[in-house]
Amino acid sequence: MMYRSLFPRDVLAELNRLQREMQQAFHLSPSIRGIARGGFPAMNVGGTPQSVDIFAFAPGIDPATLDVQIEKGVLTVAGERKRDLPGEEATVHIDERFDGRFRRVVTLPDDVDANAVDAKYRDGVLRISIGRKQSAQPRRITIQ
Amino acid sequence: MSDNSPAVKKETTADEAALLPPVDVVEDASGITLYADLPGVPKEKLNLHVEADTLTIEGEIDLEMPGGMEASHAEVSLPRYRRVFTLSKELDASKVSAEFRNGVLKLAIPKAEHAQPRKVEVKIL
Repeated sequence: MMYRSLFPRDVLAELNRLQREMQQAFHLSPSIRGIARGGFPAMNVGGTPQSVDIFAFAPGIDPATLDVQIEKGVLTVAGERKRDLPGEEATVHIDERFDGRFRRVVTLPDDVDANAVDAKYRDGVLRISIGRKQSAQPRRITIQ
Repeated sequence: MSDNSPAVKKETTADEAALLPPVDVVEDASGITLYADLPGVPKEKLNLHVEADTLTIEGEIDLEMPGGMEASHAEVSLPRYRRVFTLSKELDASKVSAEFRNGVLKLAIPKAEHAQPRKVEVKIL
């Protein structure tokens, strides 16, 4: 079908595949959990000297159903996004949004304190802030 | 939230880099329903724009980032979303209604009334 190629998502899927192949070609020692780019929820990870912040872009989810766990330095975010079922007479023209169960795993740095975790869900973004251990904080040493 | 008046806003150029949000579009007898994933966009930074038969969805991501944060891994690498759709004639763009919750936008675009039969009066001169 000719018109199919006009939809940008097909071009994007191709680009994604290309990007994946490029990453695999250049990333000689990828993480054992893979690159996982393009998974749901998309994740950004950032850090400050006091904390590690993980942003999971998971829109349209009841925060009570989200399962966030930290075990042995590994953070797991799991849950399910249910789909609003269209009526019987309805026609689906575009279907790009994720639905179903999801699970993503992030390895945390060694210096995080698993007891100092704060998780918030706002505007469809789950933000998990994990404090770093006191002993790992940079300290200025005074010279006598 | 219903935003069908051409809002006063700064014109974002079409070529400004933006993420393409994933959407679902479902049609039934009453009209078209569009769902778009716009995580990270607060309500006040969502911009819906209907002009002639073009529907533009734009949103700025606003995450409260502590100062001095350094990103170590970023999959969402641009701070805005943008997607443009062309509406067809039988849709009534002036009656678009929108709901925005938890980063999911739901737009309902009803079918126009003019599809209904109308009687034409013939004047005899």
